[in-house]
Amino acid sequence: MKMDLLTSLYVFMLAAFIGFEVIRRVSPLLHTPLMSLTNALDAIAVVGAILLAGERHAHGATLAKILGTIAIVAATSNIVGGFLITDRMLKMFKASGPKKP
Amino acid sequence: MTNLPGMEYIIEITYLIATALFILSLKWLSSPTTARRGVFAGELGMLLAIVGTLLHQGIVEYKWIFIALVLGTIIGVPLGEVAMTAVPQRTALSHAFGALCVTLVGTAEFYLRTPDVPRFMMGVLSLEVILGSLTFTGSLMAAGKLQELLPQRPITYKGQNIVNLGLLGVAIVVAGMLVAHPERTQLFPLIVGIPLLFGVMMIVPIGGADMPTVISLLNSYAGLSAAAMGFVLDSKLLIIAGALDGASGLILSVNMSKAMNRSFSNVLFGAFGQEQPAVAGRQEARPVRSATPEEAAAILAAANKVVIVPGYGMAVAQAQHKVRELYDALTKRGVDVKFGIHPVAGRMPGHMNVLLAEADIPYDKLLDMDEINGDFPQTDVALVIGANDVTNPAARTDPNSPIYGMPILDVDKARTVMVIKRSMGAGFAGIENPLYYLEKTLMLFGDAKSYVGSIVRELGGGHE
Repeated sequence: MKMDLLTSLYVFMLAAFIGFEVIRRVSPLLHTPLMSLTNALDAIAVVGAILLAGERHAHGATLAKILGTIAIVAATSNIVGGFLITDRMLKMFKASGPKKP
Repeated sequence: MTNLPGMEYIIEITYLIATALFILSLKWLSSPTTARRGVFAGELGMLLAIVGTLLHQGIVEYKWIFIALVLGTIIGVPLGEVAMTAVPQRTALSHAFGALCVTLVGTAEFYLRTPDVPRFMMGVLSLEVILGSLTFTGSLMAAGKLQELLPQRPITYKGQNIVNLGLLGVAIVVAGMLVAHPERTQLFPLIVGIPLLFGVMMIVPIGGADMPTVISLLNSYAGLSAAAMGFVLDSKLLIIAGALDGASGLILSVNMSKAMNRSFSNVLFGAFGQEQPAVAGRQEARPVRSATPEEAAAILAAANKVVIVPGYGMAVAQAQHKVRELYDALTKRGVDVKFGIHPVAGRMPGHMNVLLAEADIPYDKLLDMDEINGDFPQTDVALVIGANDVTNPAARTDPNSPIYGMPILDVDKARTVMVIKRSMGAGFAGIENPLYYLEKTLMLFGDAKSYVGSIVRELGGGHE
Protein backbone atom coordinates (compact mmCIF):
# COMPACT_ATOMS: atom_id res chain seq x y z
CA MET A 1 0.00 0.00 0.00
CA LYS A 2 2.86 2.39 0.77
CA MET A 3 4.50 1.69 -2.57
CA ASP A 4 1.23 2.63 -4.23
CA LEU A 5 1.75 6.24 -3.28
CA LEU A 6 5.11 6.30 -4.97
CA THR A 7 3.66 4.66 -8.06
CA SER A 8 0.91 7.25 -8.04
CA LEU A 9 3.49 10.02 -7.96
CA TYR A 10 5.23 8.52 -10.98
CA VAL A 11 1.90 8.28 -12.78
CA PHE A 12 1.11 11.89 -11.98
CA MET A 13 4.49 13.10 -13.18
CA LEU A 14 4.33 11.16 -16.45
CA ALA A 15 0.77 12.28 -17.10
CA ALA A 16 1.74 15.89 -16.48
CA PHE A 17 4.57 15.65 -19.03
CA ILE A 18 2.29 14.00 -21.58
CA GLY A 19 -0.31 16.66 -20.90
CA PHE A 20 2.15 19.48 -21.53
CA GLU A 21 3.43 17.91 -24.75
CA VAL A 22 0.03 17.05 -26.16
CA ILE A 23 -1.74 20.25 -25.20
CA ARG A 24 1.09 22.49 -26.33
CA ARG A 25 0.24 21.34 -29.85
CA VAL A 26 -3.40 22.39 -29.67
CA SER A 27 -3.85 25.42 -31.91
CA PRO A 28 -4.98 28.65 -30.18
CA LEU A 29 -7.90 28.44 -32.58
CA LEU A 30 -9.34 25.64 -30.44
CA HIS A 31 -8.50 26.86 -26.96
CA THR A 32 -12.14 27.29 -25.96
CA PRO A 33 -13.12 23.73 -27.00
CA LEU A 34 -9.92 22.53 -25.33
CA MET A 35 -11.07 23.99 -22.06
CA SER A 36 -14.55 22.53 -22.28
CA LEU A 37 -13.18 19.13 -23.31
CA THR A 38 -10.63 18.90 -20.51
CA ASN A 39 -13.41 19.98 -18.20
CA ALA A 40 -15.57 17.09 -19.30
CA LEU A 41 -12.67 14.63 -18.99
CA ASP A 42 -11.88 15.98 -15.54
CA ALA A 43 -15.41 15.03 -14.49
CA ILE A 44 -14.11 11.45 -14.42
CA ALA A 45 -14.12 12.28 -10.71
CA VAL A 46 -17.64 10.90 -11.00
CA VAL A 47 -16.01 7.48 -10.58
CA GLY A 48 -14.97 8.36 -7.04
CA ALA A 49 -18.36 9.86 -6.31
CA ILE A 50 -20.16 6.71 -7.50
CA LEU A 51 -18.09 4.51 -5.21
CA LEU A 52 -18.65 6.91 -2.34
CA ALA A 53 -22.41 6.92 -2.79
CA GLY A 54 -22.78 3.22 -3.46
CA GLU A 55 -20.35 1.40 -1.20
CA ARG A 56 -21.13 0.13 2.28
CA HIS A 57 -19.52 2.21 5.00
CA ALA A 58 -19.08 1.20 8.63
CA HIS A 59 -19.83 4.69 9.91
CA GLY A 60 -20.79 7.97 8.31
CA ALA A 61 -22.85 6.16 5.70
CA THR A 62 -25.54 8.82 5.48
CA LEU A 63 -23.01 11.61 5.03
CA ALA A 64 -21.22 9.58 2.35
CA LYS A 65 -24.49 8.90 0.54
CA ILE A 66 -25.65 12.53 0.57
CA LEU A 67 -22.33 14.08 -0.43
CA GLY A 68 -21.66 11.31 -2.96
CA THR A 69 -25.03 11.77 -4.61
CA ILE A 70 -24.62 15.55 -4.94
CA ALA A 71 -21.10 14.98 -6.27
CA ILE A 72 -22.42 12.60 -8.94
CA VAL A 73 -24.98 15.19 -10.04
CA ALA A 74 -22.31 17.89 -10.32
CA ALA A 75 -19.86 15.69 -12.21
CA THR A 76 -22.46 14.20 -14.55
CA SER A 77 -23.70 17.64 -15.55
CA ASN A 78 -20.11 18.47 -16.50
CA ILE A 79 -19.71 15.29 -18.50
CA VAL A 80 -22.93 15.74 -20.45
CA GLY A 81 -22.70 19.51 -20.83
CA GLY A 82 -18.98 19.49 -21.54
CA PHE A 83 -19.04 16.91 -24.34
CA LEU A 84 -22.19 18.42 -25.87
CA ILE A 85 -20.86 21.94 -26.10
CA THR A 86 -17.41 20.86 -27.23
CA ASP A 87 -18.92 18.94 -30.11
CA ARG A 88 -21.24 21.83 -30.96
CA MET A 89 -18.30 24.20 -31.10
CA LEU A 90 -16.12 21.90 -33.16
CA LYS A 91 -18.92 21.33 -35.66
CA MET A 92 -18.81 25.06 -36.40
CA PHE A 93 -15.14 25.11 -37.37
CA LYS A 94 -15.10 24.69 -41.13
CA ALA A 95 -12.26 25.21 -43.56
CA SER A 96 -12.87 27.47 -46.54
CA GLY A 97 -13.77 24.71 -48.96
CA PRO A 98 -13.46 24.92 -52.74
CA LYS A 99 -16.99 26.27 -52.96
CA LYS A 100 -19.08 27.56 -50.12
CA PRO A 101 -22.88 27.24 -50.25
CA MET B 1 -10.39 -4.89 -1.88
CA THR B 2 -13.00 -7.44 -2.92
CA ASN B 3 -13.19 -11.16 -3.30
CA LEU B 4 -13.74 -11.57 -7.00
CA PRO B 5 -10.37 -10.90 -8.60
CA GLY B 6 -11.63 -11.53 -12.15
CA MET B 7 -14.06 -8.65 -12.02
CA GLU B 8 -11.46 -6.39 -10.49
CA TYR B 9 -9.20 -6.97 -13.48
CA ILE B 10 -11.98 -6.23 -15.93
CA ILE B 11 -12.72 -2.97 -14.16
CA GLU B 12 -9.07 -2.00 -14.11
CA ILE B 13 -8.79 -2.77 -17.83
CA THR B 14 -11.73 -0.46 -18.60
CA TYR B 15 -9.89 2.25 -16.68
CA LEU B 16 -6.74 1.58 -18.63
CA ILE B 17 -8.55 1.84 -21.96
CA ALA B 18 -10.35 4.97 -20.75
CA THR B 19 -7.01 6.56 -19.91
CA ALA B 20 -5.64 5.83 -23.37
CA LEU B 21 -8.79 7.26 -24.94
CA PHE B 22 -8.51 10.44 -22.86
CA ILE B 23 -4.96 11.03 -24.06
CA LEU B 24 -5.96 10.33 -27.66
CA SER B 25 -8.89 12.66 -27.21
CA LEU B 26 -6.60 15.58 -26.41
CA LYS B 27 -4.13 14.57 -29.09
CA TRP B 28 -6.84 14.62 -31.76
CA LEU B 29 -8.00 18.00 -30.55
CA SER B 30 -4.77 19.52 -31.87
CA SER B 31 -6.23 20.01 -35.33
CA PRO B 32 -9.74 21.07 -36.41
CA THR B 33 -9.86 18.18 -38.89
CA THR B 34 -9.53 15.48 -36.22
CA ALA B 35 -10.99 17.35 -33.26
CA ARG B 36 -14.46 15.84 -33.37
CA ARG B 37 -12.96 12.38 -33.31
CA GLY B 38 -11.27 13.54 -30.11
CA VAL B 39 -14.62 14.31 -28.52
CA PHE B 40 -15.86 10.87 -29.49
CA ALA B 41 -12.81 9.21 -27.96
CA GLY B 42 -13.39 11.16 -24.77
CA GLU B 43 -17.04 10.15 -24.63
CA LEU B 44 -16.19 6.50 -25.21
CA GLY B 45 -13.53 6.57 -22.50
CA MET B 46 -15.94 8.20 -20.08
CA LEU B 47 -18.65 5.66 -20.80
CA LEU B 48 -16.25 2.75 -20.31
CA ALA B 49 -14.99 4.14 -17.04
CA ILE B 50 -18.48 4.73 -15.66
CA VAL B 51 -19.74 1.29 -16.69
CA GLY B 52 -16.59 -0.26 -15.23
CA THR B 53 -17.15 1.54 -11.97
CA LEU B 54 -20.78 0.45 -11.77
CA LEU B 55 -19.56 -3.17 -11.99
CA HIS B 56 -17.69 -2.77 -8.71
CA GLN B 57 -18.55 -5.50 -6.23
CA GLY B 58 -18.37 -3.05 -3.39
CA ILE B 59 -21.40 -1.10 -4.55
CA VAL B 60 -24.42 -2.20 -2.52
CA GLU B 61 -26.97 0.39 -3.52
CA TYR B 62 -27.65 1.73 -6.99
CA LYS B 63 -30.79 3.74 -6.47
CA TRP B 64 -29.20 7.05 -5.58
CA ILE B 65 -26.43 6.60 -8.12
CA PHE B 66 -28.93 6.34 -10.94
CA ILE B 67 -31.09 9.16 -9.65
CA ALA B 68 -27.97 11.33 -9.51
CA LEU B 69 -26.81 10.30 -12.99
CA VAL B 70 -30.21 11.17 -14.43
CA LEU B 71 -30.40 14.45 -12.55
CA GLY B 72 -26.90 15.38 -13.68
CA THR B 73 -27.87 14.68 -17.27
CA ILE B 74 -30.98 16.83 -16.93
CA ILE B 75 -28.84 19.71 -15.69
CA GLY B 76 -26.04 19.02 -18.15
CA VAL B 77 -28.03 19.10 -21.38
CA PRO B 78 -29.10 22.76 -21.14
CA LEU B 79 -25.56 23.65 -20.05
CA GLY B 80 -24.35 22.05 -23.26
CA GLU B 81 -26.80 24.05 -25.32
CA VAL B 82 -26.13 27.59 -24.17
CA ALA B 83 -25.54 30.30 -26.76
CA MET B 84 -21.96 30.67 -27.93
CA THR B 85 -21.78 34.14 -26.41
CA ALA B 86 -22.45 32.56 -23.00
CA VAL B 87 -19.60 30.06 -23.29
CA PRO B 88 -17.23 31.91 -20.90
CA GLN B 89 -19.72 31.89 -18.01
CA ARG B 90 -20.73 28.32 -18.79
CA THR B 91 -17.10 27.29 -18.62
CA ALA B 92 -16.63 29.05 -15.28
CA LEU B 93 -19.77 27.34 -13.97
CA SER B 94 -18.51 23.93 -15.04
CA HIS B 95 -15.23 24.55 -13.22
CA ALA B 96 -17.37 25.25 -10.15
CA PHE B 97 -19.28 21.96 -10.57
CA GLY B 98 -16.10 19.97 -11.03
CA ALA B 99 -14.59 21.54 -7.93
CA LEU B 100 -17.80 20.94 -5.98
CA CYS B 101 -17.68 17.24 -6.79
CA VAL B 102 -14.06 16.98 -5.70
CA THR B 103 -14.63 18.92 -2.48
CA LEU B 104 -17.66 16.86 -1.46
CA VAL B 105 -15.91 13.58 -2.09
CA GLY B 106 -12.84 14.77 -0.20
CA THR B 107 -14.94 15.88 2.76
CA ALA B 108 -16.78 12.57 2.93
CA GLU B 109 -13.52 10.62 2.62
CA PHE B 110 -12.08 12.52 5.57
CA TYR B 111 -14.99 11.73 7.86
CA LEU B 112 -15.09 8.11 6.72
CA ARG B 113 -11.42 7.56 7.48
CA THR B 114 -10.93 10.01 10.24
CA PRO B 115 -9.28 8.46 13.26
CA ASP B 116 -6.32 7.04 11.38
CA VAL B 117 -5.42 8.92 8.22
CA PRO B 118 -1.80 8.43 7.15
CA ARG B 119 0.25 11.64 6.94
CA PHE B 120 0.74 11.72 3.19
CA MET B 121 -2.93 10.90 2.68
CA MET B 122 -3.98 13.75 4.95
CA GLY B 123 -1.67 16.06 3.02
CA VAL B 124 -3.16 15.30 -0.41
CA LEU B 125 -6.65 15.26 1.08
CA SER B 126 -6.07 18.78 2.41
CA LEU B 127 -4.74 19.86 -0.98
CA GLU B 128 -7.79 18.37 -2.67
CA VAL B 129 -10.23 20.10 -0.36
CA ILE B 130 -8.45 23.47 -0.28
CA LEU B 131 -8.05 23.68 -4.07
CA GLY B 132 -11.54 22.31 -4.58
CA SER B 133 -13.32 24.77 -2.33
CA LEU B 134 -11.47 27.87 -3.51
CA THR B 135 -12.07 26.86 -7.12
CA PHE B 136 -15.75 26.31 -6.35
CA THR B 137 -16.49 29.79 -4.99
CA GLY B 138 -13.92 31.46 -7.25
CA SER B 139 -15.53 29.97 -10.34
CA LEU B 140 -19.03 30.84 -9.15
CA MET B 141 -17.89 34.43 -8.69
CA ALA B 142 -16.27 34.47 -12.13
CA ALA B 143 -19.43 33.06 -13.70
CA GLY B 144 -21.50 35.67 -11.84
CA LYS B 145 -19.33 38.48 -13.13
CA LEU B 146 -19.37 37.16 -16.69
CA GLN B 147 -23.14 36.74 -16.60
CA GLU B 148 -23.30 40.29 -15.20
CA LEU B 149 -25.14 39.11 -12.11
CA LEU B 150 -22.30 40.68 -10.13
CA PRO B 151 -20.64 44.03 -10.75
CA GLN B 152 -17.96 43.54 -13.37
CA ARG B 153 -15.87 46.43 -12.13
CA PRO B 154 -12.90 45.22 -10.12
CA ILE B 155 -13.26 46.06 -6.44
CA THR B 156 -9.93 46.81 -4.81
CA TYR B 157 -8.97 48.05 -1.38
CA LYS B 158 -5.77 48.66 0.49
CA GLY B 159 -3.99 45.56 1.71
CA GLN B 160 -6.15 43.29 -0.41
CA ASN B 161 -3.32 40.98 -1.36
CA ILE B 162 -2.19 40.71 2.25
CA VAL B 163 -5.69 39.81 3.42
CA ASN B 164 -6.06 37.24 0.66
CA LEU B 165 -2.67 35.63 1.07
CA GLY B 166 -3.20 35.71 4.84
CA LEU B 167 -6.43 33.75 4.45
CA LEU B 168 -4.74 31.19 2.28
CA GLY B 169 -1.84 31.04 4.72
CA VAL B 170 -4.19 30.28 7.62
CA ALA B 171 -5.82 27.49 5.63
CA ILE B 172 -2.41 25.97 4.89
CA VAL B 173 -1.36 26.18 8.55
CA VAL B 174 -4.58 24.45 9.62
CA ALA B 175 -3.96 21.79 6.98
CA GLY B 176 -0.48 21.33 8.45
CA MET B 177 -1.97 20.85 11.92
CA LEU B 178 -4.36 18.27 10.52
CA VAL B 179 -1.50 16.39 8.90
CA ALA B 180 0.21 16.28 12.28
CA HIS B 181 -2.99 15.39 14.17
CA PRO B 182 -5.56 13.89 11.79
CA GLU B 183 -7.77 13.01 14.75
CA ARG B 184 -8.56 16.67 15.42
CA THR B 185 -11.67 16.55 13.26
CA GLN B 186 -12.92 19.90 14.52
CA LEU B 187 -10.20 21.55 12.40
CA PHE B 188 -11.46 20.06 9.16
CA PRO B 189 -14.33 22.51 8.51
CA LEU B 190 -11.72 25.27 8.53
CA ILE B 191 -9.86 23.91 5.50
CA VAL B 192 -13.15 23.92 3.63
CA GLY B 193 -14.56 27.19 4.94
CA ILE B 194 -11.50 29.41 4.68
CA PRO B 195 -10.74 28.49 1.05
CA LEU B 196 -14.42 29.03 0.23
CA LEU B 197 -14.03 32.58 1.50
CA PHE B 198 -10.67 32.95 -0.22
CA GLY B 199 -12.22 31.96 -3.54
CA VAL B 200 -14.67 34.85 -3.26
CA MET B 201 -12.02 37.35 -2.19
CA MET B 202 -9.71 36.23 -4.97
CA ILE B 203 -12.20 37.17 -7.69
CA VAL B 204 -13.43 40.43 -6.13
CA PRO B 205 -10.56 42.48 -7.64
CA ILE B 206 -10.85 40.84 -11.06
CA GLY B 207 -12.06 42.89 -14.01
CA GLY B 208 -13.39 41.61 -17.31
CA ALA B 209 -10.11 41.88 -19.20
CA ASP B 210 -8.39 39.60 -16.67
CA MET B 211 -11.02 36.90 -17.11
CA PRO B 212 -9.12 34.82 -19.72
CA THR B 213 -6.24 34.40 -17.30
CA VAL B 214 -8.48 33.75 -14.30
CA ILE B 215 -10.61 31.15 -16.06
CA SER B 216 -7.48 29.33 -17.21
CA LEU B 217 -6.06 29.40 -13.72
CA LEU B 218 -9.29 28.07 -12.18
CA ASN B 219 -9.25 25.36 -14.84
CA SER B 220 -5.81 24.38 -13.69
CA TYR B 221 -6.82 24.35 -10.01
CA ALA B 222 -9.84 22.19 -10.79
CA GLY B 223 -7.56 19.71 -12.55
CA LEU B 224 -5.03 19.63 -9.73
CA SER B 225 -7.70 19.10 -7.10
CA ALA B 226 -9.05 16.17 -9.13
CA ALA B 227 -5.54 14.72 -9.36
CA ALA B 228 -5.20 15.05 -5.58
CA MET B 229 -8.49 13.21 -5.26
CA GLY B 230 -6.96 10.46 -7.41
CA PHE B 231 -4.16 10.11 -4.85
CA VAL B 232 -6.66 9.88 -2.01
CA LEU B 233 -8.74 7.22 -3.76
CA ASP B 234 -5.69 5.53 -5.31
CA SER B 235 -7.22 5.91 -8.77
CA LYS B 236 -4.64 6.19 -11.54
CA LEU B 237 -7.35 7.15 -14.01
CA LEU B 238 -8.32 10.15 -11.93
CA ILE B 239 -4.71 11.15 -11.33
CA ILE B 240 -4.07 11.13 -15.07
CA ALA B 241 -7.26 12.99 -16.02
CA GLY B 242 -6.55 15.57 -13.32
CA ALA B 243 -2.95 15.97 -14.43
CA LEU B 244 -4.04 16.47 -18.06
CA ASP B 245 -6.61 19.08 -17.05
CA GLY B 246 -4.15 20.77 -14.71
CA ALA B 247 -1.50 20.88 -17.43
CA SER B 248 -3.97 22.29 -19.92
CA GLY B 249 -5.08 25.03 -17.54
CA LEU B 250 -1.49 25.84 -16.69
CA ILE B 251 -0.46 26.14 -20.34
CA LEU B 252 -3.40 28.43 -21.04
CA SER B 253 -2.68 30.53 -17.95
CA VAL B 254 0.93 30.97 -19.00
CA ASN B 255 -0.17 31.90 -22.54
CA MET B 256 -2.66 34.42 -21.21
CA SER B 257 -0.28 35.98 -18.74
CA LYS B 258 2.35 36.32 -21.48
CA ALA B 259 -0.22 37.92 -23.75
CA MET B 260 -1.04 40.43 -21.01
CA ASN B 261 2.60 40.97 -20.15
CA ARG B 262 2.17 39.77 -16.59
CA SER B 263 4.74 37.58 -14.95
CA PHE B 264 3.46 34.14 -14.16
CA SER B 265 4.08 34.46 -10.42
CA ASN B 266 2.04 37.65 -10.56
CA VAL B 267 -0.81 35.59 -11.97
CA LEU B 268 -0.37 32.65 -9.60
CA PHE B 269 -0.54 34.76 -6.50
CA GLY B 270 -3.70 36.48 -7.47
CA ALA B 271 -2.31 39.94 -8.05
CA PHE B 272 -4.79 40.42 -10.84
CA GLY B 273 -6.45 43.70 -11.51
CA GLN B 274 -3.66 45.55 -9.79
CA GLU B 275 -4.41 49.24 -9.64
CA GLN B 276 -3.27 50.96 -12.80
CA PRO B 277 -1.40 54.22 -12.54
CA ALA B 278 -3.82 57.03 -13.23
CA VAL B 279 -3.09 58.10 -16.76
CA ALA B 280 -6.63 59.14 -17.45
CA GLY B 281 -5.73 62.65 -16.31
CA ARG B 282 -4.16 63.79 -19.54
CA GLN B 283 -7.25 63.62 -21.69
CA GLU B 284 -6.37 66.45 -24.06
CA ALA B 285 -8.72 66.96 -26.93
CA ARG B 286 -6.57 65.89 -29.82
CA PRO B 287 -8.11 65.85 -33.26
CA VAL B 288 -9.22 62.54 -34.71
CA ARG B 289 -10.43 61.80 -38.20
CA SER B 290 -13.78 60.12 -38.46
CA ALA B 291 -15.58 58.68 -41.45
CA THR B 292 -19.07 57.70 -42.55
CA PRO B 293 -20.06 54.14 -43.48
CA GLU B 294 -20.07 55.17 -47.17
CA GLU B 295 -16.48 56.36 -46.97
CA ALA B 296 -15.43 53.29 -45.04
CA ALA B 297 -17.12 51.01 -47.57
CA ALA B 298 -15.40 52.77 -50.46
CA ILE B 299 -11.97 52.38 -48.85
CA LEU B 300 -12.60 48.71 -48.04
CA ALA B 301 -13.85 47.97 -51.56
CA ALA B 302 -10.71 49.51 -53.05
CA ALA B 303 -8.39 47.45 -50.86
CA ASN B 304 -6.59 44.26 -51.83
CA LYS B 305 -5.87 42.99 -48.38
CA VAL B 306 -7.96 43.60 -45.26
CA VAL B 307 -7.31 42.34 -41.73
CA ILE B 308 -10.19 42.47 -39.28
CA VAL B 309 -9.26 42.63 -35.60
CA PRO B 310 -12.17 41.67 -33.35
CA GLY B 311 -12.35 42.22 -29.61
CA TYR B 312 -14.77 41.83 -26.76
CA GLY B 313 -16.77 44.76 -28.14
CA MET B 314 -17.75 42.60 -31.11
CA ALA B 315 -19.06 39.93 -28.74
CA VAL B 316 -21.00 42.48 -26.67
CA ALA B 317 -22.60 43.97 -29.77
CA GLN B 318 -23.30 40.43 -31.12
CA ALA B 319 -21.79 41.70 -34.35
CA GLN B 320 -20.22 38.44 -35.53
CA HIS B 321 -22.93 37.64 -38.06
CA LYS B 322 -22.75 41.13 -39.57
CA VAL B 323 -18.98 40.71 -39.70
CA ARG B 324 -19.55 37.53 -41.65
CA GLU B 325 -21.69 39.45 -44.15
CA LEU B 326 -18.90 41.98 -44.49
CA TYR B 327 -16.44 39.15 -45.04
CA ASP B 328 -18.68 37.73 -47.77
CA ALA B 329 -19.24 41.08 -49.47
CA LEU B 330 -15.53 41.85 -49.56
CA THR B 331 -14.48 38.33 -50.58
CA LYS B 332 -16.93 38.47 -53.46
CA ARG B 333 -15.16 41.60 -54.68
CA GLY B 334 -11.87 39.74 -54.62
CA VAL B 335 -10.57 41.38 -51.46
CA ASP B 336 -8.35 39.11 -49.35
CA VAL B 337 -9.88 39.19 -45.86
CA LYS B 338 -8.24 37.70 -42.79
CA PHE B 339 -8.83 37.96 -39.07
CA GLY B 340 -6.14 38.78 -36.53
CA ILE B 341 -6.90 37.33 -33.11
CA HIS B 342 -5.11 38.40 -29.97
CA PRO B 343 -4.79 35.64 -27.33
CA VAL B 344 -6.64 37.67 -24.71
CA ALA B 345 -9.32 39.11 -27.00
CA GLY B 346 -12.65 38.34 -25.37
CA ARG B 347 -13.34 36.75 -22.03
CA MET B 348 -11.67 33.36 -22.33
CA PRO B 349 -8.94 31.74 -24.41
CA GLY B 350 -10.16 31.20 -27.97
CA HIS B 351 -13.40 33.14 -27.39
CA MET B 352 -13.22 35.13 -30.66
CA ASN B 353 -12.48 32.04 -32.74
CA VAL B 354 -15.60 30.31 -31.49
CA LEU B 355 -17.82 33.33 -32.18
CA LEU B 356 -16.43 33.78 -35.68
CA ALA B 357 -16.66 30.07 -36.42
CA GLU B 358 -20.28 30.20 -35.27
CA ALA B 359 -20.82 32.91 -37.86
CA ASP B 360 -19.46 30.47 -40.47
CA ILE B 361 -16.17 32.17 -41.12
CA PRO B 362 -13.68 29.52 -42.27
CA TYR B 363 -11.13 28.79 -39.57
CA ASP B 364 -8.16 29.09 -41.91
CA LYS B 365 -8.94 32.82 -42.08
CA LEU B 366 -8.60 33.16 -38.31
CA LEU B 367 -4.97 33.87 -37.56
CA ASP B 368 -3.15 34.02 -34.29
CA MET B 369 -1.26 37.18 -33.31
CA ASP B 370 2.13 35.71 -34.21
CA GLU B 371 0.88 34.52 -37.59
CA ILE B 372 -0.77 37.76 -38.62
CA ASN B 373 1.64 40.39 -37.31
CA GLY B 374 4.05 39.95 -40.23
CA ASP B 375 1.19 40.70 -42.63
CA PHE B 376 0.23 44.15 -41.40
CA PRO B 377 2.86 46.12 -43.40
CA GLN B 378 1.35 44.66 -46.60
CA THR B 379 -2.20 45.21 -45.42
CA ASP B 380 -4.29 47.96 -46.99
CA VAL B 381 -6.89 48.25 -44.27
CA ALA B 382 -6.85 47.02 -40.68
CA LEU B 383 -10.41 47.13 -39.37
CA VAL B 384 -10.59 47.06 -35.57
CA ILE B 385 -13.98 46.03 -34.20
CA GLY B 386 -14.46 46.40 -30.47
CA ALA B 387 -10.81 45.84 -29.54
CA ASN B 388 -8.72 48.49 -27.84
CA ASP B 389 -5.74 47.74 -25.64
CA VAL B 390 -4.55 44.80 -27.76
CA THR B 391 -3.96 47.26 -30.61
CA ASN B 392 -2.35 50.03 -28.57
CA PRO B 393 1.04 50.89 -30.12
CA ALA B 394 2.07 52.50 -26.82
CA ALA B 395 2.77 48.93 -25.67
CA ARG B 396 5.68 48.97 -28.13
CA THR B 397 6.84 52.55 -27.95
CA ASP B 398 6.02 54.21 -24.63
CA PRO B 399 7.95 52.85 -21.62
CA ASN B 400 5.70 54.89 -19.32
CA SER B 401 2.55 53.17 -20.51
CA PRO B 402 1.08 50.66 -18.06
CA ILE B 403 0.83 48.14 -20.86
CA TYR B 404 4.38 48.70 -22.11
CA GLY B 405 5.85 45.39 -23.26
CA MET B 406 2.51 43.68 -23.82
CA PRO B 407 2.51 41.92 -27.19
CA ILE B 408 0.00 43.62 -29.47
CA LEU B 409 -1.43 43.31 -32.95
CA ASP B 410 0.55 45.77 -35.07
CA VAL B 411 -2.46 47.30 -36.78
CA ASP B 412 -0.70 50.67 -36.91
CA LYS B 413 1.61 49.22 -39.56
CA ALA B 414 -1.25 48.81 -42.02
CA ARG B 415 -1.71 51.52 -44.64
CA THR B 416 -5.09 52.56 -43.29
CA VAL B 417 -6.56 51.77 -39.88
CA MET B 418 -10.28 51.90 -39.23
CA VAL B 419 -11.61 51.59 -35.71
CA ILE B 420 -15.26 50.94 -34.95
CA LYS B 421 -15.90 52.27 -31.48
CA ARG B 422 -18.82 53.67 -29.54
CA SER B 423 -17.03 56.81 -28.39
CA MET B 424 -13.59 58.11 -27.58
CA GLY B 425 -13.72 56.55 -24.08
CA ALA B 426 -10.55 54.75 -23.01
CA GLY B 427 -10.20 50.97 -22.70
CA PHE B 428 -10.62 48.85 -19.60
CA ALA B 429 -7.49 50.14 -17.96
CA GLY B 430 -8.22 53.75 -18.78
CA ILE B 431 -5.20 53.81 -21.04
CA GLU B 432 -5.20 56.21 -23.93
CA ASN B 433 -4.66 54.65 -27.32
CA PRO B 434 -2.37 56.76 -29.57
CA LEU B 435 -3.56 54.65 -32.49
CA TYR B 436 -6.71 56.76 -32.69
CA TYR B 437 -4.78 59.96 -33.33
CA LEU B 438 -2.64 58.68 -36.18
CA GLU B 439 -2.84 60.37 -39.56
CA LYS B 440 -3.84 57.05 -41.16
CA THR B 441 -6.56 56.19 -38.66
CA LEU B 442 -10.24 56.69 -39.35
CA MET B 443 -12.61 56.47 -36.40
CA LEU B 444 -15.98 54.94 -37.17
CA PHE B 445 -18.20 55.94 -34.28
CA GLY B 446 -21.19 53.75 -33.57
CA ASP B 447 -22.46 50.39 -32.46
CA ALA B 448 -20.36 47.62 -33.99
CA LYS B 449 -23.31 45.63 -35.26
CA SER B 450 -25.23 48.45 -36.92
CA TYR B 451 -22.06 50.11 -38.23
CA VAL B 452 -20.83 46.95 -39.91
CA GLY B 453 -24.38 46.49 -41.18
CA SER B 454 -24.30 49.92 -42.84
CA ILE B 455 -20.94 49.20 -44.47
CA VAL B 456 -22.35 45.92 -45.83
CA ARG B 457 -25.36 47.76 -47.24
CA GLU B 458 -23.06 50.23 -48.95
CA LEU B 459 -21.00 47.42 -50.45
CA GLY B 460 -24.05 45.47 -51.51
CA GLY B 461 -25.65 48.59 -52.98
CA GLY B 462 -22.75 49.12 -55.35
CA HIS B 463 -22.30 47.19 -58.56
CA GLU B 464 -21.20 43.60 -58.23
